[in-house]
Amino acid sequence: MPSVSPQLLLRAAVLGVAVVIIQVAAVSQVVIFGTSADLTPLVVAAVGLLCGSVAGATFGFAVGLFIDAALVQTMGLTSLVFIVAGYGAGRLRELRDPQAMVVPMFVGAAATAITTFGYGLMNFMLGIDAPVSFLLLRLILATIVLNALISLPVFALVRRWLSPVLPDDPRRRRRRAYTTGGLSPLSRA
Amino acid sequence: MYDKTVRRRRAVLGLLVVSSLILLTAYFGERSGGALHNVQRGILEVVSPIQDGASRALKPVRDLFGWVGDTVSAKGDLKDTRAERDQWRDEAIRNRTAAAQNDQFRALLFLDKQPKSLKPYGPVAANVIGSSPTLWYVKITINKGTSSGIHENQAVIASDGSGDTNAGLIGKIDSATGNAAVVRLITDSTSAVAARNVDNTVTGLVQPTPGNPRDLIMKYVAKDQPVARGQIITTSGTTSKRADLPDVFPPDLPIGRVTRVDDPGAPDQLPHLRPFVDITRVQYVQVLTKPADDNR
Repeated sequence: MPSVSPQLLLRAAVLGVAVVIIQVAAVSQVVIFGTSADLTPLVVAAVGLLCGSVAGATFGFAVGLFIDAALVQTMGLTSLVFIVAGYGAGRLRELRDPQAMVVPMFVGAAATAITTFGYGLMNFMLGIDAPVSFLLLRLILATIVLNALISLPVFALVRRWLSPVLPDDPRRRRRRAYTTGGLSPLSRA
Repeated sequence: MYDKTVRRRRAVLGLLVVSSLILLTAYFGERSGGALHNVQRGILEVVSPIQDGASRALKPVRDLFGWVGDTVSAKGDLKDTRAERDQWRDEAIRNRTAAAQNDQFRALLFLDKQPKSLKPYGPVAANVIGSSPTLWYVKITINKGTSSGIHENQAVIASDGSGDTNAGLIGKIDSATGNAAVVRLITDSTSAVAARNVDNTVTGLVQPTPGNPRDLIMKYVAKDQPVARGQIITTSGTTSKRADLPDVFPPDLPIGRVTRVDDPGAPDQLPHLRPFVDITRVQYVQVLTKPADDNR
């Protein structure tokens, strides 16, 4: 498990606060195809992909807590679903370490699906007495598609912001050596 | 080493999940003046000026997206708007006649206490500086609070800017700090508004349909109460004389228009309303800060 430096903590905190403020103050109020994008699960998933499962889950918990506090919502609800999104993205990185360019898109879509369905499920478990409409499902799907479309630039921005303070990963260093003309360790044997 | 890493990862995950569950349980268990609620108010107090600034700074971006969306949808709306305008015109003529008669009757009966406008309710205008980022359309944050006379449980009205008639009730104040307040929208699942039609022949409780801010349902309408498509539904205000049963919403605030009725005439008939205000487009609101006409 990579160690977490104070610089990484600081940058993650700034990222978390900024994304919640931008989401609440601007992005939530822009309606596209009848719904609005949600940057928060994308950023949580991106942090999970870049920093691992523990950092992703912790970041998800903190961002969820900040959203619940800033919007005077039920405390702990958003944290719980964001923990799952951050942890899941982090585990994917730790187990598979996928390098394809479209990975952030699929991970972003999955994180959005987990958070929207999870939030809905938690709400119903907490006692909402109301029918689930087809429109709600359509809106959830529209949000997932919209988030998938914007996930690549969001991931790129998060990576750009965090990369100067990310701990160096030996697996990535090895891969870079192969792809940039370095010798494989096998050839030395 | 590997086992230690796995154990540590699982411990952190468990700790975070348990912390969330403890927060959820504690939040549900405490009163509105409890510690967690106070923490939320404190954070809202700190964050609201930042939100206000960000909202102003990012307004051009929002407007750009809004302009593109409006241009695309305006063409499709034109036909519906013309039909609605004709309907409103007919209704306005009828209402003007009725209002003239009504004034005379009220004067005769010494009942002329109803406000002619919202002025007696002390409306305070505010900007929307934040919206709930979920699809459940739960809450919005506005840039005025207790320093402007805004307190919990005050009614909030708004117009979505798409026409003079698209104005009405959108929610009530959920919590307020010095310079900001959170509005619980009528589309929130815990919201319920006592309502009636303008003829006072239909009464019920208006509640939301999750995920669809353009559809409300009116529950508990008796089977002998005739509900018809097109009827206008307003708040019913306080009907009880008991001081301990207040209704936070003054009477006659428009909520929406009946679009269809499920199982009409049945004991569980369920009228659906289209709210006058599209809450996804609200930028400015008015908070009714004073009780009037015995509406407590």
